[in-house]
Amino acid sequence: MKVLTLLFVSIFFSLLVTSQEDDGLLEKTVPSVSLKDVNGETVNTSELSNDGKPIIISFWATWCAPCKKELNAINDLYIDWQDETGVKLVAVSVDDERTKNRVVPYVDSKSWEYEILMDPNGDFKRAMGVNNVPHTFIIDGEGNIVYSHNNYAPGDEYELYDKILELVGEE
Amino acid sequence: MKRLLGITALLGLFFFNHQLNAQGDISGNHETIYQYLLDDEAINAQQPDEKSLVNSYTNINYRYSGFKAGVRIETYLPRILGYPDRFDGAGLGYRYFGYENDIVDITVGNFYDQFGSGLIFRSYEDRALGFDNMMNGFRVKLTPYKGVTLKTIYGKQRYSFTSGKVNYAPGIVRGADLEFNLNQWFPKLAENKIRINAAGSFVSKYQKDDNSEFVLPENTGSYGGRLELAYKKFFINGEYVIKEQDPSQDNGYIYNYGKGLLINAGYSQKGLGILVSAKSIDNMSFRSDRNATLQDVTIGFIPPLTKTHTYNLAATLYPYASQPNGEVAFQADVIYKIKRGTKLGGKYGTDISLNFSTAYEPIKQTSGYNIADSSRVAYDSKLFDKSDLLYWRDINVQIKRKVHKKWTVRLNYFNIHMNNDVLKLTEEKGIIQSHIGVLDVEYKINRKNTIRAEVQGLWTVDNKDRGDWATAIIEYTVSPHWFFSVIFQSNYGNPVPEDRINYPMAFVGRIWGATRLQLGYGRQNAGLFCVGGICRFVPASNGLTVTFSHSF
Repeated sequence: MKVLTLLFVSIFFSLLVTSQEDDGLLEKTVPSVSLKDVNGETVNTSELSNDGKPIIISFWATWCAPCKKELNAINDLYIDWQDETGVKLVAVSVDDERTKNRVVPYVDSKSWEYEILMDPNGDFKRAMGVNNVPHTFIIDGEGNIVYSHNNYAPGDEYELYDKILELVGEE
Repeated sequence: MKRLLGITALLGLFFFNHQLNAQGDISGNHETIYQYLLDDEAINAQQPDEKSLVNSYTNINYRYSGFKAGVRIETYLPRILGYPDRFDGAGLGYRYFGYENDIVDITVGNFYDQFGSGLIFRSYEDRALGFDNMMNGFRVKLTPYKGVTLKTIYGKQRYSFTSGKVNYAPGIVRGADLEFNLNQWFPKLAENKIRINAAGSFVSKYQKDDNSEFVLPENTGSYGGRLELAYKKFFINGEYVIKEQDPSQDNGYIYNYGKGLLINAGYSQKGLGILVSAKSIDNMSFRSDRNATLQDVTIGFIPPLTKTHTYNLAATLYPYASQPNGEVAFQADVIYKIKRGTKLGGKYGTDISLNFSTAYEPIKQTSGYNIADSSRVAYDSKLFDKSDLLYWRDINVQIKRKVHKKWTVRLNYFNIHMNNDVLKLTEEKGIIQSHIGVLDVEYKINRKNTIRAEVQGLWTVDNKDRGDWATAIIEYTVSPHWFFSVIFQSNYGNPVPEDRINYPMAFVGRIWGATRLQLGYGRQNAGLFCVGGICRFVPASNGLTVTFSHSF
């Protein structure tokens, strides 16, 4: 235990020393977690990219009614959103073993065109600081987390899209 | 003291970072659940001596070019009502440090992980349920070649959190999991729309023989293999596991091997999704303390093959739990969308979802086996060999239709059989059968304002157990900041007239981006509650509950 603590402390100090050279502000980027997509291929979350255009990351589950409402509502608007801003939505399912196998049939039956990632043990959820689903983030073209919203009420998709328009307008 | 040093180092880092404007990412969250409870004789609720109860959690994660570290500080002063008695005090509940690059990912301290479907290893946290069997030790993940992942874990599992300190189970858990994604080796497979993943895992626990009556195996191994095949829009995956002799409190100290098989198969296309699942489990309770009971220190996780319902009465009154000592279970799921513009589908289309799940007792062949002989092997069993004893059956259908630009209607019916002799949710004997109906109507006033109302009824056959229930909910949301909700639940048909209790409850919530404050006041029945766009498990209470959460 003592050794572990020492290790913690020493590494932190070394981190502090090395990090002083940087000049940037405390910017939040997407943490690196290895998740699987629906084809079983490993995707590193820090490498999610969209050619410099914004990405929406939405945490959801097949058992979460408001999550499905949100993603279905966005799905109706998604083609327009993509045409206008080039935004991409990554839907991260936090379904565990109990309901994980429902994800693909559900997604296909609703014809979602999102990129789907599986987070069955909540690793990415923890790393992103998510308490409860639904929780939606916007990542700007440089990979910074610029917006997050924890809830869904009908109409929230418009607020989300306003933020994306702001982002795209600035560029 | 040492612990304090660790916290100080992390917090120090946090503040230094701000001052130095250094790079590096800090993320985390905070959640507080506060209750001020009242006496309520009708539901046998007593005001606790402390009057107010609080659970609080703060996670802080730090990352800097491949390095990562984090802590969780937990507070139970005292724990909220209905929370397991394993939690008390305030202190460091979780801490880890790690490093990762493209080839290796090392974590020391606490971590959560699982192998495959988790049948022989799953370490996870379900805060709402008060479940946490995190590991304390180390984990090494190696990706030596693309498409190959090797995971090694070693540690002890969290058992409780008392006086602000984590206590770990006596047993040592160690294991490895090797996974191959064949598509990354043979690009031809992907060209032909074929997908193959194969993996094998081994988990072993060590616990000292502390029993004077039997000679117990101190090391228990378990191993399994899994395979996933997919062709175009069809997929099938399965996992088979075996557990060696593991006499425990759960299985009555028998020396049988345990086994389990889990299979899922699915097909999907635009507008249609089908999933069938089957599961056969025998003697698969696997814990890092052979004397443990309840939800404590489980190494393996056996997923219940049932749909997770969200409507209050369907979700909270008669849910199913997996039976690790043995069960044979099946499930089928169909999701179908009737096209829009058709006679049946209407202007916007109609969504139909059908679900069937059932579980039975497995046959345990005892002739020729004598539990009292030196082998202590109690029976023989075969996969999917089920008896007629029903544990569970659930047939449910949901129809959703947008009938107008502003109106959406959802109709639900559930027919649930629950064997209370096995699941022991209440005092009632035998099988409790219930019919549940739900009507859910949503009206969009405009872009930002929506009203939703639910009427739910639950009727038990022969008025068994607590008889009939009704729930009415009205929810008003103003996007993106506010929600208001009133719930009225009544056990109006309880066979015992004094127990015909009403549960009125009101909620108001405010959301600022990643910050959420919710106030609830009233009498609340236990269960999975979905209010204002969030689902979580809430125990029974009468009084004020304030939930605050924030992510950063």
